Amino acid sequence: MKYVDEFRDPEHARRLLAEIASRMASPALQARLPIRIMEVCGGHTHSIFRYGLEALLPEGLELIHGPGCPVCVLPRERVDDCLAIAAQPDVILTTFGDAMRVPGSRQSLQQAKAEGADVRMVYSPLDALQIARDNPDKRIVFFGLGFETTMPATAITLQQAAREGLGNFFLLCHHITIVPTLRALLDDDDVHVDAFIGPGHVSMVIGREPYAFIAEAYHKPFVISGFEPLDILQSILMLLNQLHEGKAAVENQYRRVVSAAGNAQAQQAVAEVFEPRERSAWRGLGEIEHSGVRLTSTYAAFDAERAFALPSQVVADPPDCRCGEVLKGQMRPQACPLFGSRCTPSHPMGALMVSSEGACAACFQYQRMDA
Amino acid sequence: MCLGVPGEIIAIEDAGSLTAVVEISGVRRSVNLACVLAEGVPPESLLGQWVLVHVGFAMSLIDAEEARKTLELLAELQNLAAAGDPEVRD
Repeated sequence: MKYVDEFRDPEHARRLLAEIASRMASPALQARLPIRIMEVCGGHTHSIFRYGLEALLPEGLELIHGPGCPVCVLPRERVDDCLAIAAQPDVILTTFGDAMRVPGSRQSLQQAKAEGADVRMVYSPLDALQIARDNPDKRIVFFGLGFETTMPATAITLQQAAREGLGNFFLLCHHITIVPTLRALLDDDDVHVDAFIGPGHVSMVIGREPYAFIAEAYHKPFVISGFEPLDILQSILMLLNQLHEGKAAVENQYRRVVSAAGNAQAQQAVAEVFEPRERSAWRGLGEIEHSGVRLTSTYAAFDAERAFALPSQVVADPPDCRCGEVLKGQMRPQACPLFGSRCTPSHPMGALMVSSEGACAACFQYQRMDA
Repeated sequence: MCLGVPGEIIAIEDAGSLTAVVEISGVRRSVNLACVLAEGVPPESLLGQWVLVHVGFAMSLIDAEEARKTLELLAELQNLAAAGDPEVRD
């Protein structure tokens, strides 16, 4: 596939790995081992495990798998809210496939569907809108989740619903933003990260500027990266070069997709439809201020939080879960006592086992032999 | 979740609702162009353009020149290595 295959070339990968090894051997970097690089985005986590990149990196270079997997950090009470909506007789609840398997306090949406609730998986929020047009006698709720990458799609779908005057379409909004969470991690004394692999597709929407504080105030190198193995290796090399030179800057490895300013039309749609929430809950991390959005008052008529009575009762994770520690890089997935025994991708106990982009699920899928 | 895949715009489906047919690995699907069309630009101008598709929306126009430059950089690494390696030089 064009723009994919050429970024998987093994010969180039070998060369990049040799460069990474040679850069790691420099006295400046040897003096500060281990070098800890966090990949923020779950898409990167998945690629890293899928291509076994960790095992190819030199000793002393550690990858920390960050919080950028929206399904993983979805609190269980939000799934309970979806279940309460789906239990209404005249409702069709729609959402992305990833969200269907997330366990609530009693069950997942997939299990509710098996028991007869009308829950439908959609590929795009526009598909949910079409279901609303086709079923005027039902209330169609789209459970929208995801980072800035996905937010514009939901925003444009809402704008379209408003234009058409659809009265039976609602959004249950759990869109979250990555930058406040990066700031919270940087302020956490327990988190030790030297540099960041930045999220490529979030950045294609928001651009480079929102990360400037990471370099300026926290002096951490930050490289926006594509998702193929060569992209990730090149980004690691760029980060090591910055660390070697004692620099901290926001750089962009993924120039073929990410422009400096991001996507203006997408930003405009998001600004028109959403506003920041005071705080949002992240599974494994707790509540983080201004890390999520809700619909503005202009779109109140479409807000499922107003149209439905929601339980919204906080559900604690099982006490043995170590997701928070794994997310902060304090523990490897395999070191969790539940990993692979009581917690597996088919029966996830903790957040990070839920989606294939979660560190534990990716590790379980691709590295069982080493575990 | 933030998965995005490259595809080529091969037809305009409905200029009114800004939808195009995009071919992704041989599969054709309907994709919304609202995020990649500046105001006043006709959708037809994007025919043949590669885009990054996410949940049914084209979210970025893929810059062929930037892709070429990134690959060139990687190739340079390769050439430098070849020049510096005596076995290859011999």
